[in-house]
Amino acid sequence: MSVQKNRELIADRFSSLKYSSGVCLPALDQEQPWTLEAYRSNGGYQALEKVLSGEIDPAEIIEVLKISNIRGRGGAGFPVGVKWSFMPRQSDDQKYVVCNSDEGEPGTCKDRDIMRLNPHALVEGMTLGGYVMGASVGYNYIRGEFHEPYSAMEQAIREAREAGLLGRNILGSGFGFELHNYLGSGAYICGEETALLNSLEGKKGEPRFKPPFPAVFGLYGKPTTINNTESFASVPAILRGNGKWMDGQWFRGLGVENSGGVKVFSVTGHVNKPGNYEIKMGTPFRELLEMAGGVWKNRELKAVIPGGSSVPVMPAEAILSSNMDYASLQENGSALGAGSVIIMDETTDMVNVLERISKFYYEESCGQCTPCREGTGWLYRIIQRINRGQGTSEDLDTLLDVANRIEGRTICALGDAAAWPVQSFLKHFRHEFEARIRPAQSDAA
Amino acid sequence: MSKQAQSRLSKTALDEIQDELAKYPSDRRQSALMAALRIAQDEHGWLSPELIEEVAGVIGVPVVRAYEVATFYSMYDLAPVGRHKIEVCTNISCMLRGCDQVVDHLKRRLGIDFGQTTEDGKFTLREVECLAACAGAPMMAIGHDYYENLDEGKIDLILEGLE
Repeated sequence: MSVQKNRELIADRFSSLKYSSGVCLPALDQEQPWTLEAYRSNGGYQALEKVLSGEIDPAEIIEVLKISNIRGRGGAGFPVGVKWSFMPRQSDDQKYVVCNSDEGEPGTCKDRDIMRLNPHALVEGMTLGGYVMGASVGYNYIRGEFHEPYSAMEQAIREAREAGLLGRNILGSGFGFELHNYLGSGAYICGEETALLNSLEGKKGEPRFKPPFPAVFGLYGKPTTINNTESFASVPAILRGNGKWMDGQWFRGLGVENSGGVKVFSVTGHVNKPGNYEIKMGTPFRELLEMAGGVWKNRELKAVIPGGSSVPVMPAEAILSSNMDYASLQENGSALGAGSVIIMDETTDMVNVLERISKFYYEESCGQCTPCREGTGWLYRIIQRINRGQGTSEDLDTLLDVANRIEGRTICALGDAAAWPVQSFLKHFRHEFEARIRPAQSDAA
Repeated sequence: MSKQAQSRLSKTALDEIQDELAKYPSDRRQSALMAALRIAQDEHGWLSPELIEEVAGVIGVPVVRAYEVATFYSMYDLAPVGRHKIEVCTNISCMLRGCDQVVDHLKRRLGIDFGQTTEDGKFTLREVECLAACAGAPMMAIGHDYYENLDEGKIDLILEGLE
């Protein structure tokens, strides 16, 4: 335990909150946005109250979510309304809603802010999910290192329970919902939804084969829906519709076609103002970079990883003509992922960066599937060798060969996530790898 | 055979484990296993084989299940560690913002490498993967606290502030 005098050295709770649209992140001018009082003063729990007053059919809520065009914020981008519709609501079986707060994709730090600054949005979103999908119990799986967000969530749950907003017979409606936080213990793989379920059952976090999908066979074999923190936390604001109750068009209209609403982007790396920016989907990358103060030290932009370490890297010219939405980033050769925008300036050594990314996947492979367990080690060792100037001319082909043989051959997407950076770094920055392999020759030439 | 074998876990720890068990269906006690191991580790500093066995007994799962979990997840310590675990992130966002200097400074000042503990048992130094505080890079965690936007002077102050 640290002694008191270190208190002021510990990171400030607001330190990475840079811009908010008031959906998942709180307004910037609030002193204690995490309290129930503050949340309610901004319309919090109005959606739950209205829904539980009996006027709203669960199917209508799913329709609103579909119209709002919100896609899963954890990285895969699956439409939230469609996912919720898969749950067999009428079945009498026990059902569960689970929140994936196992934030760990390198470059991503948004769910931490949502939980420590606006925890009631997640409590309300999950409770609404429980009501819509007929689940009486929810679990919020929080990564093991997140003690501060965990405490904030525990406090929010206590407050909500005392106010009759959680527990048995919420607001006298007859609907009951219990919500519990679960603290992980260090494993990136538990961000994969079926590994998360195994972990929640007290087992090793190894992904399961799909199908069956969690909506059929989830936690304890019961129907389960898993959404990311930001997805659940967006739901109350979507239903409130900025004053037009149950109007999914409001959220939809904030974004662009295929990408509804606002989204939190974590902008990190070589920028002047790293932080979380909750902005409209479809915002040009140039604008986001400008909000973040531009590239640091007056340097030129070299490359950007726009969605967390597993999505393909983009050279400056490609990202500078992109907008921050699913379609635009895909058209330009990458993906939105979790909205984790890693900025690299002109001095960045791309071989170094890829070595670090490959080390990560090697460390975090759960070891269940051979192509990933063995392949991630091969990738890391070859890139390390190249980076040390000990590579051979065959190494680049071997790298691609190994990456291609991992991709699509594993139970979960960690294998793909390890392969994509290798493929994209070699595609766009092959000359840097070649120069590292044959420094003597290129000097002579 | 004495049934009175002394429990390694305090009453407080056992009560905390009961609180965790209450979160899950009564036939799903294993869901509280990870929390129980964490609670045991918090009390003893690390998980000895005897402690893992006792936790397995409290939860009511075969010992091998508890071992599987204790060895799979990176936050369980299977050997003694220092009073303060310093965990430095070296992943991309931190790397881009100069975690190498942070690491060099910590190693030099503490006189240890990654994975080692200072002779006085005060500090253990570790390299960790992304801790999701990338906007505050370079960063490190010590115990339950995150320290961000590190430089050498700040690191010195932090270390001096720890008992």
